[in-house]
Amino acid sequence: MSKQEQHWGKTRALLFTTLAIWFVFSMGIFLFGAEMESITGPFGYPLTYWFTCQGSLGIFVILIFWFANRQEKIDEEFGFSERGED
Amino acid sequence: MIKGNFIDNLPKVYGIYTGGFIGFIIIMAIAEQAGMSAKAIGIAFVAFTVAIYAIIGYLSRTAQADAYYVAGRQVPTVFNGMATAADWMSGASFVAMAGGIYFKGYGYMALLVGWTGGYVLVASLLAPYLRKFGCYTVPDFIGTRYGGNLARLSAVIVLTVASFTYVTAQINATGTIASVALDIPFQYAVYVGLISILLCSMLGGMRGVTWTQVAQYIVLIIAYLLPVFWISNKIGAGFFPHFMLADEVARIAELEGQYGFVKNAAADLKTVPKGLAGITKAHSAVNATPWAFISLALAMMMGTASLPHVMMRYFTTPSVKAARKSVGWSVFFIFLLYSSAPMLATLSKLALIDPTLPTGIIGKSISEVQAIDWYQNWNQANLMFISDFNGNGTVELNEFFMGGKAVVLATPEIAGLPYVISGLVAAGGMAAAMSTADGLILAIANAISHDVYYKIIDPKAETAKRLVVARVLLVVIGFAGATIAAMEIQGILGSVIWAFDFAMSGLFFPLVLGVWWKRANKEGAVAGMLLGLISGAGYLIWVRNGGSGFLGITQLTFGIFGSAVSLVAMVVVSLMTSAPNAAMQRMVDEARVPAGKTILGKQ
Repeated sequence: MSKQEQHWGKTRALLFTTLAIWFVFSMGIFLFGAEMESITGPFGYPLTYWFTCQGSLGIFVILIFWFANRQEKIDEEFGFSERGED
Repeated sequence: MIKGNFIDNLPKVYGIYTGGFIGFIIIMAIAEQAGMSAKAIGIAFVAFTVAIYAIIGYLSRTAQADAYYVAGRQVPTVFNGMATAADWMSGASFVAMAGGIYFKGYGYMALLVGWTGGYVLVASLLAPYLRKFGCYTVPDFIGTRYGGNLARLSAVIVLTVASFTYVTAQINATGTIASVALDIPFQYAVYVGLISILLCSMLGGMRGVTWTQVAQYIVLIIAYLLPVFWISNKIGAGFFPHFMLADEVARIAELEGQYGFVKNAAADLKTVPKGLAGITKAHSAVNATPWAFISLALAMMMGTASLPHVMMRYFTTPSVKAARKSVGWSVFFIFLLYSSAPMLATLSKLALIDPTLPTGIIGKSISEVQAIDWYQNWNQANLMFISDFNGNGTVELNEFFMGGKAVVLATPEIAGLPYVISGLVAAGGMAAAMSTADGLILAIANAISHDVYYKIIDPKAETAKRLVVARVLLVVIGFAGATIAAMEIQGILGSVIWAFDFAMSGLFFPLVLGVWWKRANKEGAVAGMLLGLISGAGYLIWVRNGGSGFLGITQLTFGIFGSAVSLVAMVVVSLMTSAPNAAMQRMVDEARVPAGKTILGKQ
């Protein structure tokens, strides 16, 4: 396998991980919205309510930064990252 | 005070700007105490902020194509994040969102999840790869990746349909705020709004829009957060509302249980002015089926990843790496406002319905409420209404009606904040609507000037001539949008959601598969774009005319159907026709690697 194919393989694996986490917090948990309602979440809010107004949103912010860092590491590993500027 | 390169001095420049703006708010507060009228304060806020944007727009003027189309590709990640957040958060987010949550509760909050979750798709599937292509516009990517004028033109058509639907709503919002703040008729206010919008983008194109959007973000976030924190402290709900409103949420549920959701008779509802609504759904309880919630969130997420005015913001970063990080900053800055909207809705609702608070009106006598100053003001503005349906002389939960906009615009006044805050909120709403309108008009004008005029009609045109065409189009499209906005055909929020559905119907899969599926070819992409757009639009028309729809797909989520058709059409047609040639496949390989020159930079 060429270097480029390996790089793309890892990139794709990272994509699937990212999309799996994304799916859980954007859609997966809301399948159980009614079941989670009676649970008390962070800061005392009902759990479903908390996810819709803070939890999922915050997780997306963290997820994107995490993804960006991981992808950068993959690029560096194969010597495909850009030099200099940020 | 400022030496050297502008880009290096950005934190300083915007630091001074923010300080200056806060100083202005303080001066206005002092002027209010000294007896300045409410109307004069409103005018001062809107005029002052718009004048600043116009100055930034003028200072950013340029005669270079690179600066005009992609701000010279040197916008640092954090600032591009702020600009994207302003570009993204429209009049609908600023003025209508808290109202939607106030009335519809949980079911409506699918929009919060959808309008942030979409950025995960932007970051992982698209932005870095499109940045590597080095294109000026989204159709430019489609045209380069798939080859041929037909693909390029199809992309321009989808872009124009989606963005134009969106922009009329934004010009409408600008007009509404300008007409309230400046006290002029809506029909004229729309054009005042338009001229303000064009002042930011005409001379500097993307460069002008970028630096005004950063300035607009600062205004809109201060204008949104300050009242939320102030009201929360004033009614004793907590010093930091986001972490401390659990008791208030529980208290609302308790009051709702006590009052019950009484259904009004149809004849009674007819007396309520158009556009006003009462509270008919629980505040924090799950009141939507999982699919209703998830389908709306999904449509908004895929729409986010297909809207060209957002995507083109990531063409302005210095590198592929920066484009990825910049998406993270964008959602962070959006998060600051979106996580505050439910808090504002909670505070607003509690202030109105809790009889133990001095501001509460439920349970008071009708005549007493009718005598309150703020009630009279907002009743006159057609945003509030009470009526004694059951004839018992007191206001019940089902007898109080409010417009969606009133939650953001009127709550400061209801909670007894000084008028200077209402002026600030007007300036913030104006900033939100203007920044989005600018991004959208620019996206359409750039696509037509770059992709249709320069790439298809006259590839030999000189830069000066191209930029003249781009500017003329900017004005023409702006006026067309304003003219339609002045007719007031649809509501603000409805047309914003439609724009997402149109964009995802036609563009989501052609963009994503362009990067992630090498076998995708020109014929497939064209079929995907056109059939997706047509079937999505067809579904919308069908449902609007009484069609029953299927799979629970409504007129707000028709993009799910459109994009499914687009995916199938694209895959089937691609496989039936020949694979893209070797050169094109190599191009895709190169786009997948951040290092090296951009694809278009090599040609």
